[in-house]
Amino acid sequence: MSLVTANNLSKAYAKGELKVEALKDLNFEIEPASFVSFIGPSGSGKTTLLNLIGCLDKPTSGILMVDDTDVSGLNTRTAAAFRGKKIGFIFQDFNLVPVLTVYENVGYPLVLVQNIPSSERKQRILALLDAVGMAEQKDKYPDQISGGQKQRVAVARALVTNPKLVLADEPTANLDHKTAYMVIDIMKKMKNELGTTFIFSTHDQKIVGEAEIIYTLEDGELAGREV
Amino acid sequence: MFDLFKIAIRNLLRYKRRTLLTASLVTIGVVSVLVFISVSGSFKNMMIGQITDSFLGHVQIHKKGYVASIDSLPLTQNLGPNAFAKIEKAINETPGIEAYSKRIKFGGMFSNFVETTNVRLNGVYPEDEVKTVPLFLSRVKEGEKSIRTGEILVPELLAKGMKVKVGDTVVVIATNKDGSVNGKQFQVGGILESATGPGGRDGYIHIDDAAEILRMDTMEISEVAIRLRDFDELSSVFDRLKDKLSNELNKQGAPAFEVHTWEKLSPFYNIARMIDVMTFFVKLMLIAIVLISIMNVMVMAVYERIREIGTIAAIGTLPGKIVAMFLIEGFSLGFFGAVVGDILGVAVISVLNVANLTFSFGRQKGLLLSPSINLQDILVISIIVITISVIASLQPAYKASRMNPIDALRHV
Repeated sequence: MSLVTANNLSKAYAKGELKVEALKDLNFEIEPASFVSFIGPSGSGKTTLLNLIGCLDKPTSGILMVDDTDVSGLNTRTAAAFRGKKIGFIFQDFNLVPVLTVYENVGYPLVLVQNIPSSERKQRILALLDAVGMAEQKDKYPDQISGGQKQRVAVARALVTNPKLVLADEPTANLDHKTAYMVIDIMKKMKNELGTTFIFSTHDQKIVGEAEIIYTLEDGELAGREV
Repeated sequence: MFDLFKIAIRNLLRYKRRTLLTASLVTIGVVSVLVFISVSGSFKNMMIGQITDSFLGHVQIHKKGYVASIDSLPLTQNLGPNAFAKIEKAINETPGIEAYSKRIKFGGMFSNFVETTNVRLNGVYPEDEVKTVPLFLSRVKEGEKSIRTGEILVPELLAKGMKVKVGDTVVVIATNKDGSVNGKQFQVGGILESATGPGGRDGYIHIDDAAEILRMDTMEISEVAIRLRDFDELSSVFDRLKDKLSNELNKQGAPAFEVHTWEKLSPFYNIARMIDVMTFFVKLMLIAIVLISIMNVMVMAVYERIREIGTIAAIGTLPGKIVAMFLIEGFSLGFFGAVVGDILGVAVISVLNVANLTFSFGRQKGLLLSPSINLQDILVISIIVITISVIASLQPAYKASRMNPIDALRHV
């Protein structure tokens, strides 16, 4: 059974009197525990698609099912709750909370989103920090660690709630070659260990090369699928 | 909740200088209000104490219509023995009354055998008077602190103007209610300090001497001054007394007596009300300071953290928690400002007490200002500040919670 299913999925924006069709009649299915990449030039609709799958935006038409839920009908509150339970996010700019330590950043979704008891929380956070190689840096603040380390923390934060799906928008764009590979390796390891589905939007050939399925977007349309 | 507080405090410490400035503003406001309340309150309470405890009493009872013509001290409006018996019965049946004093008030001529002038006099039973207005004897500047028959306590301005001193012989001449003039010699027993308010410049003699000058066959009195056990029960005791005496009617079927609190008898009550109004406006200014400063800093906080808000919203933080996060920041700022303000305010008030500040009011000089603040006032001011801080954070917090995560994440 598919984790993500899109049927005739479209998204249009109004820019003044101009109507911009960001996504046009997309149809695809993404299976659980897969490593999927959406590629395409700037403006092709990659980020818009990730926003729709991540329940941050609503489609104009079509059906989008995520883990058997029609996410197009969720309101602000239920969408937030759905994201908190089912989806993890990794951002291009890492987006760690600067006033929280590495440990606290990873624990944030457990504390303020899922209200997990502290004993269980600690175990999960430390296990993930260990898995991403950041256990020794757990008491540092984001401004005391490097970009690659920040992204590893962000990966841990995305995975700490055991989400079925992790969405990563250009996760390696701000990382050097070596660090980017390290982060990709960690994500693959997590996918294999936890059975998490990773969906990327990227230009980065390093990620593209590691993806199991590659969808190509051009002008909001699916132009290809490679396995 | 603890985690929300931790994040809020850390966010406040992130911009230390701004947080310190805003909290300082709140602190200065709280200190100013506490000092104002304590100083104005102590001035007000001391003046009320001076007025009620040195000559006026807390409540007074007169024959109906007396107060309207009080300036002429009408002897025709005196209370006879029957009327006083009814008043005494009402007083005895009313709980909360500590003491009362009967007075004959009249106007007369005061002569030192060289010059003559007019004088307002009170004839009193000294023991009752001292129980009713315990600061009365402290007004005696020279001479013995007592009122004996054949002696007069002369108000200081009159003594100065007429050049009389303790031990001198003077004559008081008065007309009684039948129009008959009579005079009596007195020895000056003491010089009486002026007090603020009506009756503050009256002379005092023994009530038996007053009855003799006015040739009263039976004792008549002009007013009954009453002292309460607890000044805070003024309105309840007043209501009970008024209720009891309202049933007493005169021959025309109208109420026979009138009961007044000091508030109706002394113009200082209007000053006291003005002080209350000023205190209210000072509190309003504090509210404005807190509202503007906290709202300003919270709007800035939201604007500076748009991407952060987008991130936490994207990872599933519910709008209510985002609201709570910013409200707690505002609350913490207000709480910190209020607590520091309370501590500094109490310290400043203590310093003012140690400094022994004095002031003059009317003819009274060297009144010692002893500002004090009670816990209730501190709590009320603190609660106002903290509540306003939270209210000031509401709009920015709501705005943060309603942000579209996509727009917020794109924000540069």
